[in-house]
Amino acid sequence: MERVVITGIGIYSCIGKNLSEVSESLHKGRSGIILDLLRKEMGYRSGLTGVLERPQLKGVLDRRARVMLPEQGEYAYIATIEALKVAGIDQDYLDRKEVGIIYGNDSSAQPVIEAIDIIREKKDTMMVGSGSVFQVLNSTVNMNLSTIFRLKGVNFGVSAACASGSHSIGLAYTLIRHGMQECVICGGAQETNIYSMGNFDALGAFSIRENDPTAASRPFDRDRDGLIPSGGAATVIIESLKSAQARGATILGEVIGYGFSSNGAHISNPSVDGPVRSLEMAVRDAGIPTSEIDYINAHATSTPGGDASEAKAIDTVFGKDKTLVSSTKSMTGHECWMAGASEIVYSMLMMQESFVAPNINFENPDEDSAQLNIADKTINKNISVFLSNSFGFGGTNSSLIVKKWTK
Amino acid sequence: MEKVDIIEKINGFLVEEFEVAPEKIIPEANLRETLELDSLDYIDLVVVIESNFGFKVKPEDFVAISTFQNFYEYVNDRVAEKVNP
Repeated sequence: MERVVITGIGIYSCIGKNLSEVSESLHKGRSGIILDLLRKEMGYRSGLTGVLERPQLKGVLDRRARVMLPEQGEYAYIATIEALKVAGIDQDYLDRKEVGIIYGNDSSAQPVIEAIDIIREKKDTMMVGSGSVFQVLNSTVNMNLSTIFRLKGVNFGVSAACASGSHSIGLAYTLIRHGMQECVICGGAQETNIYSMGNFDALGAFSIRENDPTAASRPFDRDRDGLIPSGGAATVIIESLKSAQARGATILGEVIGYGFSSNGAHISNPSVDGPVRSLEMAVRDAGIPTSEIDYINAHATSTPGGDASEAKAIDTVFGKDKTLVSSTKSMTGHECWMAGASEIVYSMLMMQESFVAPNINFENPDEDSAQLNIADKTINKNISVFLSNSFGFGGTNSSLIVKKWTK
Repeated sequence: MEKVDIIEKINGFLVEEFEVAPEKIIPEANLRETLELDSLDYIDLVVVIESNFGFKVKPEDFVAISTFQNFYEYVNDRVAEKVNP
């Protein structure tokens, strides 16, 4: 079995457009949530959202590439440029080697809606233009990035709702471990446009604390009332230890465990058993005692049911260790398809800079979160091993364990 | 619309949307080669003509269009047809 290491990370999120800005936000516990009044005009129950600027790619990417890229693809491109730079991988290397891509994405609402509007109005499918079909597919991110970067290895997307980004890393880790790939660009991307979240809003799952946007996302807090949709993209480049060493790359961490499970139950209601099995599988895969895990980046989205179930699951597996836990979604909101990858990036920054980012807005525990050791403020702490949880609709669960690289 | 206005409009969207350098737009130059058009680009050309001039191009019409001049003439004729059908 090959050892699998992380050599590149990149991020474009509502708390920063690059690693340095994001690191500062994590240290300071800065929220990226706003109230978007346009959503209210459109009939959203909640107008709260993470807010991002669209990258300006004219002059950066040629017209053909830009026409194919939906919003989340633009974010993914920027995050991937940063990750490749951190990894020290240039286009010449990508041209010579079989580098692959497995990227998480589970919707592309805006181009679908815009295309249907045009077809309805014009009664002529050609009027949607050449880019539409490449923008609407869930595989839009991997197909675009594999074309832009001329990738020659594995090439597919992961659609697993809010666990997409995490599974993308887990799957690539599995392929590399078995010697089937040397280097894979992983990640997750999430659109934030006004069309993308209406049907999620319909479930009444979003916080309506609209008078205080930055206090609305409060995972594990007794008074949480729902999640806040958000987005962007995060890229994580993983490769075999041999590949990283052969090209003299700086190794940032080692992926040592991947666990996954399906709840086998309700499509949207969380369970305790499913996450417990995912956590236990990841710990077994890592082959370390739970006491060696210094920090858990929780999935906790700020919904009453989801956070309670995860708290019970973490307590079941880590109860005796009282491992430090925080949910960075308290600052970012729920980055959905991107979250599993972005939370690896956030946790990697914490590991590199020896701190635990705060679970902001955690003021009062409920009976479940009271069992956990939640970081309600920034804590300076050396992190040798962290675990990141991601759960999604349909009961899909993913847990990843990453260890600090020591020579 | 006068022919000169049509040419100006076409050159405008070729520069803006198809990102061709203005100095490369020469009436005798080959349209496909200058713009480096592939099969997908022709679809976008159909869309941009429709939105600028209000008529639909049949993709097969492009077969007879070789140079920028041919393109100007074609659009000019179609616009004239629209005014005097």
